[in-house]
Amino acid sequence: MALDQSFVGRSYPPTDPYEVGREKIREFAEAVGDDNPVYTDPEAAKALGYADVIAPPTFVFSITFKAAGQVVQDPQLGLDYSRVVHGDQKFAYKRPVRAGDRLTVTSTIEAVKSMAGNDILDIRGEVHDETGEHVVTAWTKLVARAAEQAQTDGEA
Amino acid sequence: MTTTKIAYDDVEVGTELPARSFPVNRAMLVQYAGASGDFNPIHWNEKFAKEVGLPDVIAHGMFTMAEAVRVVTDWTGDPGALVDYGVRFTRPVVVPNDDQGAVIEVTGKVAAKLDDNTVRVDLTVTSGGQKVLGMSRAVVRLA
Repeated sequence: MALDQSFVGRSYPPTDPYEVGREKIREFAEAVGDDNPVYTDPEAAKALGYADVIAPPTFVFSITFKAAGQVVQDPQLGLDYSRVVHGDQKFAYKRPVRAGDRLTVTSTIEAVKSMAGNDILDIRGEVHDETGEHVVTAWTKLVARAAEQAQTDGEA
Repeated sequence: MTTTKIAYDDVEVGTELPARSFPVNRAMLVQYAGASGDFNPIHWNEKFAKEVGLPDVIAHGMFTMAEAVRVVTDWTGDPGALVDYGVRFTRPVVVPNDDQGAVIEVTGKVAAKLDDNTVRVDLTVTSGGQKVLGMSRAVVRLA
């Protein structure tokens, strides 16, 4: 069933603050194998003009995607999450995320489309710090693949 | 680390960034799942992955996206200089359960010089000879 167009433009309440920890950044940098010291060494970060270690560019996705769960799991929207794949991802940074940030995310549905039986959902996550400063915007495109019928028809 | 900052005036459209190869194996996917909080079993459970129609366990798209941008952040030295970064997940990186795993190959080229000392870098990201990310573009502010 196609998703309801009336959800376009709907915003969800800001999430509770997520406190970015130095050791969480370190854990993430190690998991992607990135040994840039700006992620782990406060002195290296200061040498580049940052108050504390910064996070790798894609780190914030963990936070925005969790926030997008409000949308994905909205029973009124009725998205079948078991068929969802990640289509596109984009970030626009005002500044890097850094240790000590307390970040909130406001998710908005930017677009709802149906193509060849697939439901396509564009979610924008606006990330702000505790002072209200904008840090980064994340755009996530989710594709709920067509149900059984399309698959047995041999559609991609 | 001594970082030689790349100057806007020193790059031209067509300037190539140093290419990189990033290995990925099952242990790394488990580590990434833990660090990112994405425990979708398609990234670690072969039985589950095959049941939902995948050839095998696949890497997190966000893992591939994180590796690809390292070509840009290693080039500039300052990951905080990144202004925009977007990708399309066109094909999964299949990670077999063997000693080799898979390899993500990344090349980058300056595609446009923009205002305010920024340049757009277009990335080409492949695994096993096939493109895995499409429209992979980063805008970065240079010195």
